[in-house]
Amino acid sequence: MAKRIDVSDLNIYYGNFLAVEGVNVSIEPRSITALIGPSGCGKSTFLRSINRMHEVLPGARVEGKIVMDGQDLYGADVDPVNVRRQIGMVFQRPNPFPTMSIYDNVAAGMRLNAKKMKKTDTDELVERSLRGANLWNEVKDRLDRPGSSLSGGQQQRLCIARAIAVEPDVLLMDEPCSALDPISTLAIEDLMTELKERFTIVIVTHNMQQAARVSEQTGFFNLNGVGQPGRLIEFNPTEKIFSNPDEKATEDYISGRFG
Amino acid sequence: MSQTVSPPRTDHPDLPGPVRTRRRLPRYAATGLYLAGLLLGAVLSALSGFNPALTVIYGVAIGTVAVYAASRAVEGTRKATDRLVTCIVVTAFGIAVVPLVWLSYTVLDRGLTRLDGTFFSNSMVGVVGEGGGAYHAIMGTLIITALAAVISVPIGLLTAIYLVEYGSGRLKRAITFFVDVMTGIPSIVAGLFAFALFTLLFGNDVRLGVMGAVALSVLMIPVVVRSSEEVLKLVPNELREASYALGVPKWRTVVKVVLPTAIAGLGTGVTLSIARVVGETAPLLVTVGLITSTNLNPFDGRMATLPVFAYYQLTQPGTATQAFLDRAWTAALVLIILVMALNVVARLISRFFAPQTGR
Amino acid sequence: MTTSAPPRPPQSPDRPKRRRGDRIFAGSATGAGIFILVVLAGVAVFLVAESWPAVVAPAEDVSGGEGLTSYITPLIFGTLLASVIALVIATPLAVAIALFITNYAPRRLAAGLGYVIDLLAAIPSIVYGFWGIFALAPALVPFYAWAERNLGFIPLFAGPASATGRTMLTAGIVLAVMILPIISAISREVFSQAPALHREAALALGATRWEMIRMAVLPYGKSGIIGGAMLGLGRALGETLAIALVLSASGGITFNLISNSNPSTIAANIALQFPESTGLQVNTLIASGLALFVITLAVNMLARWVVTRRADFSGAN
Repeated sequence: MAKRIDVSDLNIYYGNFLAVEGVNVSIEPRSITALIGPSGCGKSTFLRSINRMHEVLPGARVEGKIVMDGQDLYGADVDPVNVRRQIGMVFQRPNPFPTMSIYDNVAAGMRLNAKKMKKTDTDELVERSLRGANLWNEVKDRLDRPGSSLSGGQQQRLCIARAIAVEPDVLLMDEPCSALDPISTLAIEDLMTELKERFTIVIVTHNMQQAARVSEQTGFFNLNGVGQPGRLIEFNPTEKIFSNPDEKATEDYISGRFG
Repeated sequence: MSQTVSPPRTDHPDLPGPVRTRRRLPRYAATGLYLAGLLLGAVLSALSGFNPALTVIYGVAIGTVAVYAASRAVEGTRKATDRLVTCIVVTAFGIAVVPLVWLSYTVLDRGLTRLDGTFFSNSMVGVVGEGGGAYHAIMGTLIITALAAVISVPIGLLTAIYLVEYGSGRLKRAITFFVDVMTGIPSIVAGLFAFALFTLLFGNDVRLGVMGAVALSVLMIPVVVRSSEEVLKLVPNELREASYALGVPKWRTVVKVVLPTAIAGLGTGVTLSIARVVGETAPLLVTVGLITSTNLNPFDGRMATLPVFAYYQLTQPGTATQAFLDRAWTAALVLIILVMALNVVARLISRFFAPQTGR
Repeated sequence: MTTSAPPRPPQSPDRPKRRRGDRIFAGSATGAGIFILVVLAGVAVFLVAESWPAVVAPAEDVSGGEGLTSYITPLIFGTLLASVIALVIATPLAVAIALFITNYAPRRLAAGLGYVIDLLAAIPSIVYGFWGIFALAPALVPFYAWAERNLGFIPLFAGPASATGRTMLTAGIVLAVMILPIISAISREVFSQAPALHREAALALGATRWEMIRMAVLPYGKSGIIGGAMLGLGRALGETLAIALVLSASGGITFNLISNSNPSTIAANIALQFPESTGLQVNTLIASGLALFVITLAVNMLARWVVTRRADFSGAN
């Protein structure tokens, strides 16, 4: 299921403003790739361009290539909706649908796309996804309660269950733990290590310990100054980045000597 | 609380304390002065034959002047001005409540006479004096208002969706501006528009229920757009993004995520917009006219409606004036009850259909 | 700047591929918006089309026998007079009410009191007419008699005082009650948005409540009050049934507010005459409606402009 993503010469624009410039990177399947860097350096923008969520904003556009297993995601005949079905996303703040129960939230990807499913199949899908998100035991007795009745950490795992229920190949996570307490964060990190057996995971994080704990590869984004585009400064195995980075800027950032 | 150790102070009024105290009027002074003013007002108005309205007017005026004078003497100019403004502001609110209470009392007092079964079950066919009812007018109002809602809600809701989800640039600004302008169209002008439109289409002297519905729609659409727009804007963007990220097309996101999340607010807005037009008289007067019998087909000839019925009962009473007047007041009462009921329903919708936020 | 200007994207499609459902849905939403513009244009076009015969008709054929202009002029005068009276009465009251609700009433009561005022807006116009003609007008008769005796030297109260109370002043008062809620609602909104920091700063300087309001609330809400008053004016100009019932209209242009002979208003005149009119009379009435439409449109556009200009500035606060 998990797929490899090759990004080449990627420029990302908001209107005429060049936000991210010249990204070249290969993301390995069945691994966790972490993106770190200071605020506003374009790491989230880059993440959102992978599943074409970037272009939801008016005026936003992309140049360059993102190829997933030989298929150009920005090809002329590619429907962004189909891209997003293959590349799921988890957001910074948990965002379960407030009008739906826990059960319906997990089934939302199927329901909203009007896929006809038998009740037993849906039940099975919901249970499988909730188990996959390590949430089943906590919610199995109250599947009909609203999703917003859960705690923050549970809501975030519900959102992960919702994302993997669509059975994507890749899972993008945009600072998934920044709104959570340490215990919930730990639960999500454990979950990520389990999920990487099945998915290609890309995570944006401000927490360098988190990047060091969970990821195999790490990319460091930086920008030269306000109004300048963000760039991918260094992309290397996590161990190398955190012990012996190639670039001076990376070392400064990691050791906290940054700006 | 820890006890602060400080030298015991005895109160010496002439020594400056930690907070300078000023002389103040006792708390009951204002109330007392107003009561005295009312008493004096009663006496004054009794000089020219006792009149409760005059008593209150005199009383409030005297009380206000007394409070100001007393405060100025004791507390100084600044505090006195503050008290004067407080008196004026409270009085202003009181003045605004007067017509509301007076009007409700009048309508209840006069309208209850004919609030009986006959009023709701009979039409005016063959009635020249007592008896008769507004069954035909009530049905007409319900049908025409429903038809107006059927026209306005889809157009209004789709426009709101355009403005919030799709719109950009010039067209969006133009629509926003002209919807605002449209809320100010006088109801009679909306009626004339419907009249002119149908006259050009079907020739002179055409009167149809649907003309009234079109006229009401002109008044209703901008209200629906504005209220729906406000509500849709409140739906958090995160929900839309969550849906897009699941590979859901935009239109399904709007229909299945955004609209259900906003349903309570949308329902409230639509109900209030119905309440706004259900009592409109002028546009129906020029488009639908009035008949004495029951016509339930809005596409065939004149219909009776409750406001127009009330208007003609009042302005063109036959020989039995009192019977006509009674029916007019009862029609007005029913109209008010209808509007208030819609307002209550709107509140209930917003309370019970709001999405449960859990925590 | 080290970044070169972005070249026009060669391969990125200007028009992203859209699914059919999306195209249909977006199309119908846009269509609905455009339809509203068409309706508004249609209102103007149809009114012009139907009033044209009255414009080109020879003067002696128009009701009154002296042409369209002299038919409409007293009506416009009556409309403006009634609305101005309403505005003069309602604006200070509405501002005071808004202050009461936002700054004086106990916080728990404030929402409920606001709702009470909003109820005034919910009452249908015809019911105001009933109340005006049967309750308010008779109650004002003694006052009019008194005003004629004691204030008769002022042209406004020259008399002879109406014995039924159905005067221009009564109509103005009824209108004032009707537009009170809209002015006070908008004033309330701007007052409650007055920055808490400014208010607390004023109080911390030792200001009394009124001084705080004068320093921090009123300056902030000024254009909101003006905009609200103009929206109220727009409402008053178009008000129909209440005036048609309350006002005893039989005269021409006069500033005498307490007599029986008053100029009618455009809207009331249409409501009273339309059902019995035929032929050119109908066109004349529609022409007067067109005049009303233009006046209210101008007032409302100006009001919206004032209100939105305020919104633009308040964004920075």
